[in-house]
Amino acid sequence: MACWIDRKVTARIQWRVGPPWYQNFVDILKLTYKEIILPQGGATATFLLAPVLGFLASVLTAAILGNALIDTSQAFLGDIIVVLYLLVIPAIALIIGASSSGNPLASVGASREMKMVMAYELPFIFCIIAMLVKSGGNIRLGQIIEHQLYFGSNIASPSGAVAFIVSLMCIQAKLGFPPFDASEADQELMGGVLIEYSGWPLAIFKLTRAILLYALPVFLIELFWAGNTGLLVIAGKYVVLLVAIVLVKNTNPRLRIDQALRFFWGPLTLLSVAAVILALFGK
Amino acid sequence: MDLKTKVLTKSLWVFHAACSPCNNCDIEILDVLTPRHDAERFGIILVGSVRAADVLLVTGVPNRKTAVRIKKLYEQAPKPCFVIAVGGCACGRVMFRDSYNSPCALDELLPVDAYIPGCPPKPEALLAGVVKVIQKLRGE
Repeated sequence: MACWIDRKVTARIQWRVGPPWYQNFVDILKLTYKEIILPQGGATATFLLAPVLGFLASVLTAAILGNALIDTSQAFLGDIIVVLYLLVIPAIALIIGASSSGNPLASVGASREMKMVMAYELPFIFCIIAMLVKSGGNIRLGQIIEHQLYFGSNIASPSGAVAFIVSLMCIQAKLGFPPFDASEADQELMGGVLIEYSGWPLAIFKLTRAILLYALPVFLIELFWAGNTGLLVIAGKYVVLLVAIVLVKNTNPRLRIDQALRFFWGPLTLLSVAAVILALFGK
Repeated sequence: MDLKTKVLTKSLWVFHAACSPCNNCDIEILDVLTPRHDAERFGIILVGSVRAADVLLVTGVPNRKTAVRIKKLYEQAPKPCFVIAVGGCACGRVMFRDSYNSPCALDELLPVDAYIPGCPPKPEALLAGVVKVIQKLRGE
């Protein structure tokens, strides 16, 4: 459903009508009926297992995030760290899948994906540390949400606002959207990491991407914007965030991988460190 | 009509296989994807990798070099995969019929499902061709 909002908003920006709401379900269903082609000279087992790995990790993330939102006392100790780890796994699955396909374009895509992971994880983790400091060193998502319920959303404070903007950029890269889509690069790498995938493995990668498109904005809402956790309010905030992401996606050209690295390790890391320092001073 | 054909006709992903064309047909293909015609309304999108393709849009006359490659490309596509010959050249070789560099017509190489004549065909004609493929699939 979220993917449909993405495609529809994109179409409207380009002055088109856009696909019907059920389009993505149809796409996934169709892919499951298609023939699966295994590349000769590739590692078959890892080629087929990689999408499943990424899918499981993203489902688990979505479950943990949803659980924390529904009942804040249910979350287990350190779940935010688990979520952080799980969010890296889809990217790693993509890298494993691409490198086991044996396609040169896919391996270029994989190496770019690897660089992107290293680039965006650093500022993202700093942002999360800032928020942990802000909510008194709690490493449970539930307590972070409760803290915001009592003292107002994190985003209202200077450190929260800075960290929010930085992590919005980071999830843009995590989702593989422009301007940070160098690893997929439809025009130059012809799908890059996904080039050899057909049939249900491709469908699973698409599903993983769809689940991340739900889970990542929800994660941001829980971290920064959880002043009110009514179901409708959360849904509204989610749509606002999603449209913001899609707007950034459609109005920016692709960055080269070195430009993206410089952007994440330079300005964004400095900003996120500033957010940590602000949070330490209680701002 | 079973579910398989239904979802297939609702989401045809096309791959643009340029087989030594003069580029006019290719420009018309891109026109179909622009805001005026917006083929994404019907779930038709252009994909970069042939592994994700449902339809090959072939433009141009196969020559001694591209004939081998277009055949290989068709073999690389996951089945079911359909072939649409776009433009006069791909349909019947027109003036390149007796050329030294034109070993065979496209439909002698691949099973072509629809022919869209024209030099180049209009975007409306392209859409009509895709509709014909869909009708053929649905058995209408």
